[in-house]
Amino acid sequence: MVDIKVNLGDWELSNPIIPASGTFGYGKEFAELYDINILGSFSFKGTTKEERFGNPTPRIAECPMGMINSVGLQNPGIDKVISEELPQMKKIFHKPVIANISGFSIDEYVYCCEKIDKEKQVGIIEVNVSCPNVHNGGMAFGTDPVCAAQVTKAVKAVTKKPVYIKLSPNVTDIVSIAKACEAEGADGLSLINTMLGMRIDLKTKKPVIANKMGGFSGSTILPVALKMVYQVFEAVKIPIIGMGGVSSCEDVIEMMLAGASAVQIGAANLVNPYICKEIIEQLPAVCEKYNIKNLKEITGGAH
Amino acid sequence: MNKSVYIIKENVLIAKNTYKTILSGDTSSLTKPGQFINILLDGFYLRRPISVCDYDDSTITIIYKIVGKGTEKMSLLTPGDKLDILVGLGNGFSTEKSGNKPLLIGGGAGIPPMYNLAKKLLREEKEPIVILGFNTKDEIFYQEEFENLGVKVLVCTADGSVGVKGFVTDAIKQLSGYTYFYTCGPQPMLKAVYDTTKVSGEFSFEERMGCGFGACMGCSCKTKYKTKRICKDGPVLEKEEIIW
Repeated sequence: MVDIKVNLGDWELSNPIIPASGTFGYGKEFAELYDINILGSFSFKGTTKEERFGNPTPRIAECPMGMINSVGLQNPGIDKVISEELPQMKKIFHKPVIANISGFSIDEYVYCCEKIDKEKQVGIIEVNVSCPNVHNGGMAFGTDPVCAAQVTKAVKAVTKKPVYIKLSPNVTDIVSIAKACEAEGADGLSLINTMLGMRIDLKTKKPVIANKMGGFSGSTILPVALKMVYQVFEAVKIPIIGMGGVSSCEDVIEMMLAGASAVQIGAANLVNPYICKEIIEQLPAVCEKYNIKNLKEITGGAH
Repeated sequence: MNKSVYIIKENVLIAKNTYKTILSGDTSSLTKPGQFINILLDGFYLRRPISVCDYDDSTITIIYKIVGKGTEKMSLLTPGDKLDILVGLGNGFSTEKSGNKPLLIGGGAGIPPMYNLAKKLLREEKEPIVILGFNTKDEIFYQEEFENLGVKVLVCTADGSVGVKGFVTDAIKQLSGYTYFYTCGPQPMLKAVYDTTKVSGEFSFEERMGCGFGACMGCSCKTKYKTKRICKDGPVLEKEEIIW
């Protein structure tokens, strides 16, 4: 019998598989297809203080074995997420969820985290620091160790829940940012968020995406994600949720060997809505194939 | 929605750059005309959303135009080939408000969903009138198939090579007494139909999609009442809710 249970701090997950924020909505569309309670957890749609429509369309472009999205954090706002979406999620998912929080100022992160802190359903707050800081010329919080540390410190001050900072790969040195977050008390890290990319339509000779560029994800980015998880694992002691291009059991194992304690599945959910179910079902057999008896023991095994 | 493997029974050129494919497999999740399917192709990351032209207990007919590398790849598939497809996506047209004499207005690649809709309206003993818009004569398809259903068909071509010279709106102007309308086609055509028609109706929209089943919010659009996902809450929107 292969044991596929993993831990994120004190929280024991039945398996390492967590659908990534923005690719799973609030779970409803997937709960119509399979019992989503088989998941380790799921990270719900990125939430901001106010309701957001997001960016103009087209918001999607295809890439070789990947895609670009520029949805732009469409969400109903923190109050509606708490009053409407969380009760809905409770009906279809009976385990703690991961609350993905975004903000355009430190005050906004604090506002949202303070509110979500009171929700029993939320196991972890995952803070997306890839948003532009409106008070700092629009530079993303997550591209600078000082800014990322400021967000971490401010959020930690208003919640007792574990705080995982979701790191952007669009940086020169992700390790310095990871260390800055850890130093300010981050309980864990999620990485990587989408890369930045664009496509140009040869017929119109203009960018495919209305917003010109967007977040590049899909199986093609796996090597970049593995490298960053590997590097960050060497530099920090806090747990890592690894993500970026994961779409098979083998990818999950590779991500854990690089240093992840749990793994998020993103773009692959959009292509195959059953991907998480299939991975969870096949994972014990694939572990057995590679002589893995206790999955949590392989975290960081490649070092 | 269901995800299954479908077998190609037929894949033939029916007009300039236009192919008809008949797929065999589970059709139980198709409930209304105007729904679509999302096809996974080898070598492509995202699926291709294609509207359903017609379906029965065991087959789905789609008609598509070659517009890029994905549809080009589809055109090369042969009988016996297997495809992984999500079926039964989107809200589809509803026939409750149609009245007795609904107008069905299709432009180019927007024509296919009108076929199953016409069949359903006929089953409900209504008298649909069909307007088919093309650019040129060599693009014309399914005129005969619609005529064989026993409905009145008006063909328009932008270059005047067949039927009414001009756009579908020129044909609409020749008609009176229609009770409702259904339309699908390029966005400028939809807007022109909106401005020309005096009655209520339903529009089927196109948008670049990520998933096709409501998860990614890639195809959101604003309506007068709320934000909708073209793939899940659409592709069909009612005239009264549309913001152009």
